[in-house]
Amino acid sequence: MNPIRKKRLYLIGMMVAGIGVAAWLALNAFDENLMFFFSPSEIAEGKAPTGHPFRVGGLVSNGSVKRKPNGLTTAFDVTDNAETVTVEYTGILPDLFREGQGIVVLGQLNESGIFVASEVLAKHDENYMPPEVADSLKTAHDDGVNQMQQQVSAQ
Amino acid sequence: MGSPRYFYHVAGKMIPWFAISFLLTLIAGVYYGLFVAPPDYQQGESYRIMYIHVPAAWMSMFIYIVMAVAGVISLVWRIKITEITIISSASVGASFTFLALVTGSLWGKPMWGAWWVWDARLTSELLLLFLYLGIISLYSAIEDKRVAARAISILALVGVVNIPIIHYSVEWWNTLHQTSSVTITGKQAMPTSMLIPLLLMGISFKLYYGAVVLMRARAEVLERDRNTRWVRELVEGEIK
Repeated sequence: MNPIRKKRLYLIGMMVAGIGVAAWLALNAFDENLMFFFSPSEIAEGKAPTGHPFRVGGLVSNGSVKRKPNGLTTAFDVTDNAETVTVEYTGILPDLFREGQGIVVLGQLNESGIFVASEVLAKHDENYMPPEVADSLKTAHDDGVNQMQQQVSAQ
Repeated sequence: MGSPRYFYHVAGKMIPWFAISFLLTLIAGVYYGLFVAPPDYQQGESYRIMYIHVPAAWMSMFIYIVMAVAGVISLVWRIKITEITIISSASVGASFTFLALVTGSLWGKPMWGAWWVWDARLTSELLLLFLYLGIISLYSAIEDKRVAARAISILALVGVVNIPIIHYSVEWWNTLHQTSSVTITGKQAMPTSMLIPLLLMGISFKLYYGAVVLMRARAEVLERDRNTRWVRELVEGEIK
């Protein structure tokens, strides 16, 4: 390679590396703002912002969904299997909303520690499977749970 | 080898092969994706939009990487064909990015409950669309096409830092967008019957890009070399 081309290649390398470092620094500085949501554990640690709305993400706890008698208000727990936040939401829930589903809610904590949500989004995971497979997985899981319960009650 | 004239003839011979294999894989992919692959246990039939969305998103990043590599070669070796590759790819890349954003939005409304959210994945992909549009505008704003090619090479290289950001956004930050279902390490997030049409569509879109970029590059070669003897002879031959 002749010296001019070598120099150009070197300059390009420097440029890309420089921009890469700048981008890395900028993204690190804005790390918190780039988080789409906070987990219940992060809220428990006090990492979530106070005074303005933010998002909480996690799984809807099994057996926690309660519909209020007025019709549209729903209360449920969002968990990351370590900490839990109780959420109250008035409005229409997305199709994928169900117990055990990953969701992201936007809102604010009130004085009594309940997260009052103004928006509920369902988070879809990266797994896809045919309904029969999902059914057989569920059956196998339920069978396993039953067996364990029988073993426990037999003892 | 890199002479425009030689490229023009070789590209002309390659285009039909790309076009035919694109059509064959497209038909196979669409048929397999719409009729053979089973529905999803949660999303039912609407997950099938991923057979357009995911390959389009792959292409949006793949084409940008091609442009950045061509940008390095253009800046260091000043080869005309790689300069032409960058600008011929830009509008195809922009179209695929737009397609990925639109299909994602159509899927997002019923599944997430929102057409659009400002999470890291969606925002960085939107930035990619603006980079493509910036490259196209910058090229057409500069009269001297050799100078224009150098300018867009630099812009393509500046923007290439966005590619790893798009790819890893779903791992580095909490995003609403799910993480990748298809990885090189081979984590099985979907059964083979769902994966086959996805890969077929991925190949099909690449072949489409191959055909279109060659067509566009040929047109660009003719325009740049319009005052040379070989183009004049070619045109005279066509007229006779």
